[in-house]
Amino acid sequence: MTTTHSPTASPPPLAQIGAIAWVRKNLFSTWLNTLLTVVLVLVIGRTLIGFLYWATTQAKWQLISANLSLFFVGRYPISQIWRIWVALALISTLGGLTWGVLARNVPQLFGRTTLTLLGVVGAIAVLMPAPVPYRILLLAIEGLVVAMAWGGRMIGHRSPKLGQWLAFAWSLSFFVVWWLIAGGLGLTPVGAGEWGGLMLTVFMAVVSILLCFPLGILLALGRQSSLPVIRGLSVGFIEVVRGVPLIALLFVGSNMIPLFLPIGIRPNLVTRAIIGLTLFSAAYLAENVRGGLQSIARGQSEAANALGLNPGLTTALIVLPQALKVSIPAIVGQFISLLQDTTLVSILGLFDLLGISRTILANPQFIGRYAEAYIFIGVIYWVFCYAMSVGSRQIEKQLNTEH
Amino acid sequence: MAQMQTDEMTNGTVGSEAVIVAENVEKWYDNNFHVLRGVSLTVTKGEVVVVMGPSGSGKSTFIRTFNALERYQKGSIVIDGILLSHDLKNIETIRREVGMVFQQFNLFPHLSVLQNVMLAPIWVRRWTKAKAEAEALRLLDRVGILEQAKKFPGQLSGGQQQRVAIARALAMQPKIMLFDEPTSALDPEMVREVLDVMRTLAGSGMTMVCVTHEVGFAREVADRVVFMDSGLLVEQATPDDFFNHPKEERTQKFLSQIL
Repeated sequence: MTTTHSPTASPPPLAQIGAIAWVRKNLFSTWLNTLLTVVLVLVIGRTLIGFLYWATTQAKWQLISANLSLFFVGRYPISQIWRIWVALALISTLGGLTWGVLARNVPQLFGRTTLTLLGVVGAIAVLMPAPVPYRILLLAIEGLVVAMAWGGRMIGHRSPKLGQWLAFAWSLSFFVVWWLIAGGLGLTPVGAGEWGGLMLTVFMAVVSILLCFPLGILLALGRQSSLPVIRGLSVGFIEVVRGVPLIALLFVGSNMIPLFLPIGIRPNLVTRAIIGLTLFSAAYLAENVRGGLQSIARGQSEAANALGLNPGLTTALIVLPQALKVSIPAIVGQFISLLQDTTLVSILGLFDLLGISRTILANPQFIGRYAEAYIFIGVIYWVFCYAMSVGSRQIEKQLNTEH
Repeated sequence: MAQMQTDEMTNGTVGSEAVIVAENVEKWYDNNFHVLRGVSLTVTKGEVVVVMGPSGSGKSTFIRTFNALERYQKGSIVIDGILLSHDLKNIETIRREVGMVFQQFNLFPHLSVLQNVMLAPIWVRRWTKAKAEAEALRLLDRVGILEQAKKFPGQLSGGQQQRVAIARALAMQPKIMLFDEPTSALDPEMVREVLDVMRTLAGSGMTMVCVTHEVGFAREVADRVVFMDSGLLVEQATPDDFFNHPKEERTQKFLSQIL
């Protein structure tokens, strides 16, 4: 029996492709689905319209515009805020350069998503109800990032050594930024009690992340050590810290840390908070890394041993790189948690982003305006956390294309 | 010492110097299973020894004691004049002189092929990067995969990966090469390319101890075939005597199953 085929390929019928087909298949395929679709559209639509109505007519967004400097830098002396801008410019320069260098092999530096993002930031800068100088500065910062990214890409093509130089520059910049914020050595000192807002949140999160990462790895390796004392100490530390809520750790730690240090050294409140956050995250990070370590096949360390690599080299060159790559989702998840856990330091009397919001809400002018304040800082937290998520996916993608 | 150099060059001639002396080696696993029940073996320089036996006979475990991947509880093993004990220094010295090729290749997936081969000479023998790279490229060419040098292990076929593994072991310029069922995890088409590399290596005078089921390879390349069963060395003979005139009953039974 012969079958006849149509001589030329023809496109499928309209009702089977594209948006119409998707809607039919997913939203209206059965009576139940159709009913659910209608109900949900009504509910969501109503909520959305209600929210938009509230947001545009009843919400007092002046709360944000009137308190911008409080939200972003807390009670930092107004006359010294230029130092924060300098620090921001420094970070933007390095950030832009790093972006350019890392993306040097990407076909198009400014893809659709990037352009949209830049456009959104630009729109916010132009439209936001803040004094004009600040808006110009924000646009300038954005321009700086873009220019540096472009420049970084150019340089990245020419000299591959730039990466190492950048790493050194970042390490140096950490101390420069710290100096700019804290003062001393020529700049008016600004005590840690006056740091606040987003600046304090980001500072604590960054320092804690940088410190807890190596500490967590050391704890994970210590837990697997064959030396009983090291293993005992590692296990003990991890299990004690994991069994205690962070808030208790911060509270107790901030009171007890000075007892462990020689008399005379009394670290400020921010340092104590950072120590608490670091130790807490390091314990959880250690377990994430341990999971990664356990997933590496035994044959890897056997092959390394057979080649003559001692246990230290085997761990550093063969096992740990693979373990860390596998643990990236868990590790970045821990970092995201850490950023959000910084909100607990308000218990200690520090005015991080959340703490300063509560202070603002105590102002008689803005009493009861919880929604505006918390939506605003909620969006800020979300932006940072999402940026970390995206960053982690990029890192994973890069590590995977290498093999 | 001049004699040793010429021995290295001659094809298949066995030198008189014993590089592996294992005497009455006994090993128990943690669950008290007696896996090695007193095995003795002497391997002289340039000799190619093939170890055969049913699974569970302890043959892999035995050769893994030669580079301390497995510890033994009784007896003694002397590799290249150094007693294999719990002394870490001895173990590390021995591991530099003994290369191993695994059934599962065990290449490092996060490094390129070239980096896999260069790693140990740089970090253990302290060679410069240039010297290690030159030697690595030479070895990759010798095993026939120079074009794949920049690729990653995940992008290679099994036969190619195993040849990289052989090059990686050879990069350390070992005196002895151990092969633990190198072709058992390979598709039949790829077995041949790996055996060819091993054949050439044997021809260049390398001391080799291979655990394998490849009878053809044993017949053509081995100086001696050793049969192990249930943790004991049952019989050893030249390939001709081993395959054609086996003496022990267990050997005959085994051969009837594989030939």
